[in-house]
Amino acid sequence: MTRFGVLQFPGSCDERDAVAACARIGEARLVWHEETDLSGLDVVVVPGGFSYGDYLRAGAIARFAPAMAAVAEFAQAGGPVLGICNGFQVLCEAGLLPGALLPNEGLRFVCRQVELVVESASGSFAAGLQPGERLSVPVKHSCGRYFATPELLATLAERGQIALRYAAGQNPNGSTADIAAVTNEAGNVLGLMPHPEHAVDALTGSADGLRLFAAAGASRERLAA
Amino acid sequence: MIPNCGARCQGGLSSASATLARLKARVLIRPKEGILDPQGKAVERALPALGFEGVSDVRVGRLVELHADDPERLAELCEKLLANPLVEDYEIEILDGAAS
Repeated sequence: MTRFGVLQFPGSCDERDAVAACARIGEARLVWHEETDLSGLDVVVVPGGFSYGDYLRAGAIARFAPAMAAVAEFAQAGGPVLGICNGFQVLCEAGLLPGALLPNEGLRFVCRQVELVVESASGSFAAGLQPGERLSVPVKHSCGRYFATPELLATLAERGQIALRYAAGQNPNGSTADIAAVTNEAGNVLGLMPHPEHAVDALTGSADGLRLFAAAGASRERLAA
Repeated sequence: MIPNCGARCQGGLSSASATLARLKARVLIRPKEGILDPQGKAVERALPALGFEGVSDVRVGRLVELHADDPERLAELCEKLLANPLVEDYEIEILDGAAS
């Protein structure tokens, strides 16, 4: 059974939904930001929220948390790491993912269901997804404009690191090239602004988000096999 | 001013030099040129309504003031924490005189 660890910083607020989502796939526990031992975990989730108040820049201070050094080691060793919203910002600040997240183009907090289109289905969180497939997942953020320089954008496209894009006309924040999710070069770290942990049951609109957690579980089983 | 000077003059040599080494600095952080700054745009759009015409290219950044024992490390500190070099430029201004 896949063992998920969900980081918890002071100021995190989606960690419990993330644990609930993971628990539909395997076992899940919270990992306090001062913990440095991730042994026994198969997948690490860096959840949404406002870590350390998001002072200075979103995610800028959380990247120095003791747990983040352990997450970097875990990722380096090929462990799957999923960063959601603030978690995406933290992973970019930590240099585990390329690019940066800036205040929304329209300056407003956006909270709505969006359609995502799978672009690259090669990473740890894409098992079972097909390029071109659409997922319905909510966004809720004010600092979610993904920024990449033209050079970085070309590299990301060439290496298949653009995992998800907002469907045409649904870019909620002005992200470069409608990018909603990117992976690292190896494909084991994925960050996205939308919240898959809030889309795990048809009762609340969509269960599409669960597929990312299931894919992480499946990739872990492939590794073990 | 006078009490400060008095305190400094009374200190021994070592404490005086330690005080002098501790510099006050100002770090200006701004969005890199070409990067959309929605805050600046919002400020710019608000100005005509208040009767301020002819103001353009408004950019909003951050100002961080600090005292540092080792000013040599300020650039590193900016690169690692105060600014995100991918999207922000920074300028370090060392202010005259020792930090009090």
